[in-house]
Amino acid sequence: MNMPALNKKFLFTILSASLLLTGAQFASAALKVGDAFPDLFAQKLEGKLPESLKGKVLFVDFWASWCAPCAQSFPAMEELQKTYAKRGLVIIAISVDEKDAAMQAFLKKHPASFAVVRDAAHKLVSAVDVSAMPTSFIVDADGKVRFLHNGFHGDETKKQYITEIESLLKDKP
Amino acid sequence: MKAKVFFAMSCAALLLTSGCVNVKPWERGALSDYTMRPDRDPLGAAQSEHIWFSREQSNGGRGVGGGGCGCN
Repeated sequence: MNMPALNKKFLFTILSASLLLTGAQFASAALKVGDAFPDLFAQKLEGKLPESLKGKVLFVDFWASWCAPCAQSFPAMEELQKTYAKRGLVIIAISVDEKDAAMQAFLKKHPASFAVVRDAAHKLVSAVDVSAMPTSFIVDADGKVRFLHNGFHGDETKKQYITEIESLLKDKP
Repeated sequence: MKAKVFFAMSCAALLLTSGCVNVKPWERGALSDYTMRPDRDPLGAAQSEHIWFSREQSNGGRGVGGGGCGCN
């Protein structure tokens, strides 16, 4: 095709722009091991967070009422709470449910003694960009993500949680 | 004339290459709703299956040849 130079340039620019725009939505800025976990108090989460998280080992779990593995993970988190809360572990379960009623109905079936909050606007979960539900971050006392779990695979995952939490609680000054 | 063709091609490229949607894991609440399950209504599923079976039987649907009359 005998294409005038200007049109060629124009077409190339448009195509490049469209490809970039398409790629942008797949580009991920997902939080990974070694990154600092965002400040939870700055996220406008619904519900009550523990008063101080500074210097604490955190277990942050993103979950939803419609997610079956999340329901399986709740008893495991409850066990972690019972065993490690007194040693300084803080568990925070962040629901991404759009409706509060759905979250409350879930919590009636799966009671939790740890902190449960809701990211109704999906601001935090978008920033963290989790790749599965549930996703758990284990954060050290310096606020850095040390371990990351995509999904929940029963006892296997629970054992990993225990080993990792133990290692962080040991490191804790 | 050529410029118009290029413009149309560019617009088509924009439309075609930016049409993909990536549903994030936390946005899948509606997709995992009970009403989205194909097997939520056993009677409806059986009827659909019967219609499909009758229609496709002449092509060997479900592995058995013949039929297509909808009478089985």
